[in-house]
Amino acid sequence: MANGSGLTNAPGAWDWDALVQDDRVHRAIYTDPAIFDAEMTAVFGGTWTYVAHDSQIPRNNDFVTTRLGLRPVIVLRDRDGMIRVLFNRCTHRGATICRQAQGSARVFQCAYHGWTFFNTGELSGVPWPEGYATDLREEKFNLAQVPRVEAYRGFIFATLNAGAVPLADHLGPMTEIIDQWLDRHPGGRVKLCEANRLKYKGNWKLAYDNAADGYHVKFSHRSLLEMENRLKEGEEKGMSFYKDAPDEAPMYVQYLGNGNHFKDKRPNVENRPGALWEIEGVHPGMEHFEASIRQRLGDRAELALDLASSEPVNINVFPNLLILGNHIQVLQPRAVDETDSTWYGTAVIDEEDTLEGAVDEVNTLRMRTMESFPNFGEVDDATNFEEIQHGLVAEEDPWVYMHRGLGIPGRVKTDDRGLITAPATDEVFMRETYRYYKELMADPPKLEIRRAP
Amino acid sequence: MASSPDPSRTSHYVTDAYYADLVADFSDWQADDKLVTDAKTREDCRAFLTREARLLDAHSYEDWLGLFTGECLYWVPATPAGGDPRHEVAVCLDDRRRLEDRVYRLRTGAAWSQLPMSRTVRMVANVEPFATADAGILMVRSNFAIHEFRAGENQVLAGWCAHRLQRTASGFEILVKQVNLLACDQNLRNPSIIL
Repeated sequence: MANGSGLTNAPGAWDWDALVQDDRVHRAIYTDPAIFDAEMTAVFGGTWTYVAHDSQIPRNNDFVTTRLGLRPVIVLRDRDGMIRVLFNRCTHRGATICRQAQGSARVFQCAYHGWTFFNTGELSGVPWPEGYATDLREEKFNLAQVPRVEAYRGFIFATLNAGAVPLADHLGPMTEIIDQWLDRHPGGRVKLCEANRLKYKGNWKLAYDNAADGYHVKFSHRSLLEMENRLKEGEEKGMSFYKDAPDEAPMYVQYLGNGNHFKDKRPNVENRPGALWEIEGVHPGMEHFEASIRQRLGDRAELALDLASSEPVNINVFPNLLILGNHIQVLQPRAVDETDSTWYGTAVIDEEDTLEGAVDEVNTLRMRTMESFPNFGEVDDATNFEEIQHGLVAEEDPWVYMHRGLGIPGRVKTDDRGLITAPATDEVFMRETYRYYKELMADPPKLEIRRAP
Repeated sequence: MASSPDPSRTSHYVTDAYYADLVADFSDWQADDKLVTDAKTREDCRAFLTREARLLDAHSYEDWLGLFTGECLYWVPATPAGGDPRHEVAVCLDDRRRLEDRVYRLRTGAAWSQLPMSRTVRMVANVEPFATADAGILMVRSNFAIHEFRAGENQVLAGWCAHRLQRTASGFEILVKQVNLLACDQNLRNPSIIL
């Protein structure tokens, strides 16, 4: 026992009720490398985990490489169109078999001894097989792959928990919120484009804790709020609704089960075409493209301009997918104190030409609006995450509090479906997420791989 | 436009044609047959880029902004080939107004990623000017290494720059500064300094 926290040094022997309490969590969940190692199986892959977007692999044989937790994986559409998540690890001696970020391949050949695998994961051949007395067609020589891979409207998730409920059931009411985010786009789809890629020296959960946090904005993002409003006196741009009394604003935070949460800032904005565009900050080319889109679309221009505007939502799918504005932000842990935070941009696809030829102009503007927050907001968040990691070194002062809103009668409301709603500054989303996290960590699901075909 | 709008306050010049020219201007320009061999021009370019680096190292951002034309661009691509910013996000793509936003934010006293501010020294080398179809405009390639110290740690950012420079009576003005980080498509730690 250390510090009365119930900690021991033995992995798997933590007292989770001591580490994760109703109003606070222990620093060890952010700083202990052994807990981090346990998360990389119990959480990343233990529960449905986002791995890629289907627009990254549009055709059969397309692939992207990524990580599921720390495991190197290849997410691909195989020769028959089936989406698979293969372990990027040769079954012979363990080298990665694919070292490109993305591409198209029917087979993968290991650069070490030339073992070759179909993109179904099946071993296709090895050099000089007569040197083996055993049958290389045995299943154990096929690549390991993740047994459960499912997509919800383009978002591809994977889990090594073969007994997990179907993805749509796991997401539950989150699907409606993802639907709303997608359905504001023509055809109900988006396509990933390049990304603003950041990393910080801090635990991955610091970013997830922040994802629905409406309490930090006025302080953490003061420089951005001042910048966004420097040119237009009296107008309320960008995230101005966080100023003054955000507790009393109509926006809210909601917990939707299984670690998933949602901060909805849309109620702060009038529900009419053009309202989003009106509160946009200033962006390169904005005046020119707005004039051009208005000329082209006339009365319908507001709808197009809103598509170039940031959607005021934070849709957070535990543990690593954060849909916010027009971004698909993905968290990838690298170590207990190092995390990649990748802000993929999304572009509008307009196959039906509902925007009457304006889609390219809308996307050009949308690229510029998306660059703003990673440049002028996320860098300050990431700095604060690093400074938390730094502060949490202090062993004798181990608690991190998340009790904002707890115990105030009438403040946190639970509806018939079990959805929990509170003012956007409440930390109820953290408390509920850590309840789910604790379940996973205290009783990790049994993980399995399978081998093709 | 009846009168020329102030690019510090409105952004009319970043048009589709501007982007098309940008992509064209930054493609296939580093050709040996366009290399400027005149010693004075080469030295003028070297001196200009050295001064620019000194202003940034000194956090003299307002003076640094003064090196740019009114209708300028500061561009840090997120792909090694530069890409087409109409279809993809960049690490940074600042027109005049956003560049002034960037400086404004650093001066608010609340830009936590730069409090304390990074200390930097920049090495600028391998300066090579190339001629363009416009006699008044040069494209200049230079390699850089920025040593950055902040919050107790050092990091090095390396890459190469392409400056599109307008000749003026007194020297040069920057039309476009493109900064090509070696790791532009990788996750960057605290990319909050001006490169």
